[in-house]
Amino acid sequence: MNSETGGQGVRGADEFLRLEGLTKRFGSFAAVDGLSLQMTRGETLALLGPSGSGKSTTLRLLAGFEQPDAGRIIVDGQDLTRIPPAARRFGMVFQHYALFPHLDVGQNVAFGLESLGVRGGELTRRVAESLVLVDLAGFERRAIGALSGGQQQRVALARALAPEPRILLLDEPLSNLDPSLRERTRHEIRALVHRLGMTTIIVTHEQEEAFDLGDRIAVLRGGVLQQLGTPDELYSHPVNAFVAGFVGRISTIPAMVLSSSQHEIRLQVEGVEWRVAPSAGGGAALANGREVTLTLRPEALRIVAVANGCLAGIVTDRRFTGAQAFFKVRTARGTVLDVMAEPQATAVGQTVGLIPAEPGLHLFTLDGA
Amino acid sequence: MTRPRWSWPALLLLALLVWVVAYPLVLVALDAFRNGNGWTLEYVRAVFKRSSEISAIWNSLWISVASAAVAGLIGLPLAALFGLVDFPGRRVLGALIALPVVMPPLVGVVAFLFLFGESGFVARFVQAALRLDQPPWRLEGGWAILLVHAYAFYGYFYLLGRAGLAGVDRSLLEASAALGAGRWRTLTRVLLPLLRPTLVGATLLVFLSALASFSAPYIFGGNFRVMPTQIVSTRLNGDDGIAMVETVILTLMALAGLWLASRFEGSATLTGGSKGGAPIRRSPRSRAARVGVAAAAWLIAIGLLLPHATLLLLSFVPAGTWTIETLPPVYTLGNYGALLSEPERLGPLLNSSWMAVLATAAAMAVAVIAGLLVVRQKAAGGKAIQALLAVPWAVPGTVFAIALAAVFSVDRPLALRFILIGTPWLLPLAYLIRNLPLASRPVLAGFRGLDPALDEAGASLGAGRWRRLRRITLPLLAPALAAGATLSFATALGDFVTSIVLYTYDTRPISLEILSSLRQSDVGVAAALGMVLTVLAGGVFALGSERRAVSQ
Repeated sequence: MNSETGGQGVRGADEFLRLEGLTKRFGSFAAVDGLSLQMTRGETLALLGPSGSGKSTTLRLLAGFEQPDAGRIIVDGQDLTRIPPAARRFGMVFQHYALFPHLDVGQNVAFGLESLGVRGGELTRRVAESLVLVDLAGFERRAIGALSGGQQQRVALARALAPEPRILLLDEPLSNLDPSLRERTRHEIRALVHRLGMTTIIVTHEQEEAFDLGDRIAVLRGGVLQQLGTPDELYSHPVNAFVAGFVGRISTIPAMVLSSSQHEIRLQVEGVEWRVAPSAGGGAALANGREVTLTLRPEALRIVAVANGCLAGIVTDRRFTGAQAFFKVRTARGTVLDVMAEPQATAVGQTVGLIPAEPGLHLFTLDGA
Repeated sequence: MTRPRWSWPALLLLALLVWVVAYPLVLVALDAFRNGNGWTLEYVRAVFKRSSEISAIWNSLWISVASAAVAGLIGLPLAALFGLVDFPGRRVLGALIALPVVMPPLVGVVAFLFLFGESGFVARFVQAALRLDQPPWRLEGGWAILLVHAYAFYGYFYLLGRAGLAGVDRSLLEASAALGAGRWRTLTRVLLPLLRPTLVGATLLVFLSALASFSAPYIFGGNFRVMPTQIVSTRLNGDDGIAMVETVILTLMALAGLWLASRFEGSATLTGGSKGGAPIRRSPRSRAARVGVAAAAWLIAIGLLLPHATLLLLSFVPAGTWTIETLPPVYTLGNYGALLSEPERLGPLLNSSWMAVLATAAAMAVAVIAGLLVVRQKAAGGKAIQALLAVPWAVPGTVFAIALAAVFSVDRPLALRFILIGTPWLLPLAYLIRNLPLASRPVLAGFRGLDPALDEAGASLGAGRWRRLRRITLPLLAPALAAGATLSFATALGDFVTSIVLYTYDTRPISLEILSSLRQSDVGVAAALGMVLTVLAGGVFALGSERRAVSQ
């Protein structure tokens, strides 16, 4: 179920990593179901999904901690599916860091280099270099327990990067940090992996993190890849209501297709007729009378004075965020819609009219496709 | 909160502990260096002049070190098998093979005697099979003691090893693999260092238990003396001064072990880093491997439980019916009937029960009060209280028995010494002291694990001190209380080492009745008493762990 626009990405010479029909079952439950995708060298991919979507299992399959029931993992033309984790040369940053508590910072960072046979002065030098990368120069002899959460996170990153892995795997790397630290660390990670040209896969359940870190994003749900694409593609052209709702804020309202043509789609929405651009339908043929779900980004609705052809509702809430404000508007049938507008556009308790505005407006048939 | 404050309750508790724990030990130490006329080194010289004393010291040392080594060699592979591999029957067998640790030491020794002793089952089978005139071996001396210790103490390595493995975060092992380390390097550089506190702790536990062990050397030692048996026999000979010197030496050996272990335990930072995560247990890939592992585990478990089975079998054998046959020919319930119908037999059961209940209740009260004062209120003197509570864990039971007998054999109220010897109160007191570390260790740990905000929430909701204790603190501590109480009760119920020094005929406990039954060759009654002890101790443990399971 890959989007036409997002595409499967790359083929041929640029391809560095390829997953082919990767499947992992726990009992009868498929945690990952037929996952296929490709990545180029130096690309950062974010695996995005709610808990239970299979993103962490995918990462563990990549690292080799789990064996897939079907499918293949190919890196640089080499099939790694049955290669043990120790021989894959992937770097991994664990969610809780998994720093060895009995070793100091330097020994932790040296661990992977020693596996490669690096010894003596070269080992010392490369440990120091790795710590410089994460801004922890001179921390070699510190005990793990004496570090702050943010420092532990950076040691984990240095440890993963020191052996110069082919692919860097990050499992929810920011989830254990304070919100204030989270954004800064995010920028640091992004700068670092781009500077090193490191092929990186990051697992996250936060859309903002995925948008910020991922060159492309794979949205997973129930072990199935929903859509793979750049942040812009996912936001502007979601393939279904799940993706639309997961990447950004949406409101939904049921609607019925009155007619569709090359120029516009006419919809019946709670007794009112709206005209929207055909792109909202994703190019799909929408038969007259078809029941659909209309998903609306907050910016896809405009507040106007109540008049014919607009959906009337009462403003129930206003959340001020600075340049814009978010309003909640309840229609006569009880649907609550999020609307972004200028802060002074209206006030709680007022009755307003809503009309659609492009873009940010999508039609999905009720089966979610 | 930040600065410890002196409080009357803390001072009172400290004074009580000094009186019952520290004071007797100090008096023993002093008595080793003085006679009726004043200070003297006469007893010390006497000890080091006798070759029997030197060999007892040496015997205690090598037996204890070797016991730790052999127990580790048995217990750790078992811990790895049951902790790392998943196979059918793992839970049940895993619980069963921990049983020998639960068995009171004397009962284990007696069961071993019946199974492997010169007139035991195995010897009889071998004798019959090879048509020998004599039993093929005598279970006696250092090797016999070592064998019994290995059996009695492997459980410490097994249980602590499993707990240690369960506490290892799987992601640490995965991180090692992701960093390119193979199995061997992950084992030696990551897993074993992570388990080091566990390994050192189990080694120390077995070393101290073996050093203090009395039942096995007493029954199997013959002329082979270790310090605890040497002390008791010296005292029986009336050489009190020399017995005091021996007691001091035994204490110093235990403290040396404790000191050595603390050197090797490693830093406390090991608790840092990540926690939780999935268990590291794996199921064998192939079906054949799974079946093989399960079969091996069953065989091991059956082998390890044979002494218990022997005890059970013999408890049904009436006196005088089993002479030269390989297996006893007659089985009845008569021995159990005798326990209930004959007042001399029933008496020890009742004695042990009320003394164990009293000692356990008192130890639990001390533990809870200590927890409130030391952990909750952070009262001044907390470190001293904790140290005194822990001392009886390291100091062998024989030492405390001798020390209490010395302190409470004279009537000098101003020196806080009273005549308790010959009264029914000395044994419960001795049990209480020996129970202090068993009761307080889990309870103090439980207090530390409590979120203080819960008590504060209770207070903000208007609950007074007692109601918070009764409705919040104690229910939350239930698992720790159950652990402390079951351990204390089972230990006191089966106590032999202090009882043999301090008992009176009227308050003689089960262990001494087992001993006298054995002396009268009343094997069936001894086995029945052993079974009663095992079932009581095991039942209490089962209740305790169920309580723990329920509250978790």
